[in-house]
Amino acid sequence: MKLSALQQSYLGRRSNSFRSSGPLDSSSDGAFKSPAAGFWLVLHGLSCLISLLLGFRFSRLVFLLLSTSSTYTSPFHSPTELAKTLDIRSVIPADPVGNVPLPFPNKTATNSRVVVGRHGIRIRPWPHPNPVEVMKAHRIIERVQTEQRLQFGVKDPRKIIVVTPTYVRTFQSLHLTGVMHSLMLVPYDLVWIVVEAGGVSNETASLIAKSGLRTIHVGFNQRMPNSWDGRHKLETKMRLRGLRIVREKKLDGIVIFADDSNMHSMELFDEIQNVKWFGAVSVGILASSANIDETVVEKRGEEENPRMPVQGPACNVSNMLAGWHTFNTLPFAGKTAVYIDDRATVLPRKLEWSGFILNSSLLWKDGDKPEWMKDIDTLDGDIESPLDLVKDPSVVEPLGSCGRRVLLWWLRVEARADSKFPPRWIIDPPLEITVPSKRTPWPDTPPELPSHEKPVIRIQEPIIKRTTKTRTSRSKRRSKRKHDETRTDRGTTGFDKTLQN
Amino acid sequence: MRKWFWGFLFIAFGFVCSIAAERNPRTERISGSAGDVLEDDPVGRLKVYVYELPSKYNKKILQKDPRCLSHMFAAEIYMHRFLLSSPVRTLNPEEADWFYTPIYATCDLTPTGLPLPFKSPRMVRSAIQLISSSWPYWNRTEGADHFFVVPHDFGACFHYQEEKAIERGILPILQRATLVQTFGQRNHVCLNEGSITIPPYAPPQKMQARQIPLDTPRSIFVYFRGLFYDVNNDPEGGYYARGARAAVWENFKNNPLFDISTEHPTTYYEDMQRAIFCLCPLGWAPWSPRLVEAVVFGCIPVIIADDIVLPFADAIPWEEIGVFVAEEDVPKLDTILTSIPPEVILRKQRLLANPSMKRAMLFPQPALPGDAFHQILNGLARKLPHQKSIYLKPGEKILNWTAGPVGDLKPW
Repeated sequence: MKLSALQQSYLGRRSNSFRSSGPLDSSSDGAFKSPAAGFWLVLHGLSCLISLLLGFRFSRLVFLLLSTSSTYTSPFHSPTELAKTLDIRSVIPADPVGNVPLPFPNKTATNSRVVVGRHGIRIRPWPHPNPVEVMKAHRIIERVQTEQRLQFGVKDPRKIIVVTPTYVRTFQSLHLTGVMHSLMLVPYDLVWIVVEAGGVSNETASLIAKSGLRTIHVGFNQRMPNSWDGRHKLETKMRLRGLRIVREKKLDGIVIFADDSNMHSMELFDEIQNVKWFGAVSVGILASSANIDETVVEKRGEEENPRMPVQGPACNVSNMLAGWHTFNTLPFAGKTAVYIDDRATVLPRKLEWSGFILNSSLLWKDGDKPEWMKDIDTLDGDIESPLDLVKDPSVVEPLGSCGRRVLLWWLRVEARADSKFPPRWIIDPPLEITVPSKRTPWPDTPPELPSHEKPVIRIQEPIIKRTTKTRTSRSKRRSKRKHDETRTDRGTTGFDKTLQN
Repeated sequence: MRKWFWGFLFIAFGFVCSIAAERNPRTERISGSAGDVLEDDPVGRLKVYVYELPSKYNKKILQKDPRCLSHMFAAEIYMHRFLLSSPVRTLNPEEADWFYTPIYATCDLTPTGLPLPFKSPRMVRSAIQLISSSWPYWNRTEGADHFFVVPHDFGACFHYQEEKAIERGILPILQRATLVQTFGQRNHVCLNEGSITIPPYAPPQKMQARQIPLDTPRSIFVYFRGLFYDVNNDPEGGYYARGARAAVWENFKNNPLFDISTEHPTTYYEDMQRAIFCLCPLGWAPWSPRLVEAVVFGCIPVIIADDIVLPFADAIPWEEIGVFVAEEDVPKLDTILTSIPPEVILRKQRLLANPSMKRAMLFPQPALPGDAFHQILNGLARKLPHQKSIYLKPGEKILNWTAGPVGDLKPW
């Protein structure tokens, strides 16, 4: 009771005195109505003085302490709402931030539930996401996006047939996993034709089995040569082999070539649905070089923004195919990689296969197809560019807003030819040999030890001379190994310290 | 023979209907009495007479501060311009059903662009004194067939602080007139029975210019940009937005589904088009331009404002379009939103995609059929014909011209 009287006098003051002065008069008559209220008024005045000194509202703290001891229904809800809110009391915590009682309801708003003035800030006990709800939200988002795709996306999407030439090598897992995940995200029906040089292997088969896509895995009975030129020629043959599969099985859809080290954007798969017969998209070329030559760097420094070269269709003003952007190989003359593990720039061909898209009915033996399409059985695999598939290159449809959008990127990065990797990248049995790392998080070895090792240093001198180049890394080398392996380490640290002295 | 003929006609009709339905890009007509009303044409159903006030009430004020044309209270200016050239305008006051007073009461701006309402009561008073002395129509009904556009925070209470506004109440001389205002809250002093609630002004050209392709997937679940704590006026929190915005922040700042922050991104409009739900919580007043933006960009508005009256509530079925969350339920907002069945969400999105819905929220220049100007006129037309009781006998006075704070009685 006393609490409510004090509350009322306090609150009466609040509602009347929002940012204005002279509160005491209005509440004083209310206070004197009950005898104990005078005492509370004095106490309140005292707490106001304390607040002035301390700099925050001291009385709030008192209320906080008092109200947590009593039932906490009163702070938030006017008595009329108590019954309604009793069941959700448990949700709202006892002392949220800013727990100050509601002000006296305003006389002028008679039937309104909404009260003017200060309200508490409701925070639930565990203000973090609930995983069940997060999953529900993600399902809602998926459903909305499916609906969007149905309404505004491609009408009657066709199946996509992806032809990928590959072979077993160290980086195969890296590249193929990337392509695989891109294909798994494609929202349309997909068939993945993987043509493998050197025959079907378990390595590749286990990789692509993880995708859950419909795959056709065939082998090609030639090993992949070690030169880029040879590799390119073999890949062309492998792609034709893939196209022959499309013809044999009479697959219906859109054929694209996804080389395993390329990167594809999801918009590519939406864009290719627009192809009628034979289309081309722009391919960004990431012709990286491991050892960047100085001359190349200088040239690049001259331009403001070294632009990524792009291969693809070029259009004129009226958005008709006018020509082709191809890769300019002149700056790289003489510096290109010849063998797969060369540390030089790997160049693409004039026109890469991955930038071309076919309608699968072009490959069938019978059926209506335009007369400009050559029969793939008549070709022997010595075709230089995909344009050799058609008699007349002007029939090619430029896609991706007439070649202005780059939808995929070409890259060739391979490991050394003699690099080994564990089959299927599974280390079995687990490694037992531990090799000391160059940097460990443990602190420096204590300084007295090198003095004992001094005679050792002299013996080790020739070794030390060789290692002066990499002295910085070695000086940081610390290890906790005892005896022989560490003697050289400690020796070198000792040597460095003596040098510094 | 006859039967075949009628059967054939029926089939042909069904065929034509199905073709027409096919062409419609899956928006849903807001069917029933509410939805069709949006497409009503007010021309011919009412006549509005525009008083000729001296330019110190309108043009000169606008010249002093042209910022009034682009802030969210600009509806009063555009309404005036629309009425001047609209077919519902009549130059003969005798045949007019409604009378409009072109007064720009919300155009006294601070350097930061917020309108100060302190002089507005005096301005309105002086305008009404002018029209009651120069024309007989005010005294005929004491303003019951006049309407005023008062888009300020609390309408004709003319104050930005709610407690002060409630104390003042609606300006006494405007008590009988129809108020066209953005503020709407049930059982509130500042909302008269029979007022027309309108959306705040949002620049239509800017919004049209920032549209992104419709097939961009909506990947943000809940989106909000704005203040949670008004540090300048309410540093401890609890007053601003009745603590609801602060509750949203404290409960959901760690939730990745909620893209909420106080930043001002340049891609605000584009982001709204990539969101499924847009929060429209109350601020110092319950209304906000976020509702308009959410409707235009197809984002389902989540309205957190108890007892709010939304624009054109008698014409737009807001319950079916938006989600209403009570302020006390804010801690459970994520539960509420994720438990809405997907079919309901899709239906709301279809209703929002309806172009007449979007047009009804905007004030385009020049005016288009079905836009907010026409909805206001529709609302006025729905109140016709006037009851005979509003016409006063000569000499009879109901309004108290000297009521209200003393400061209001000073001449302007």
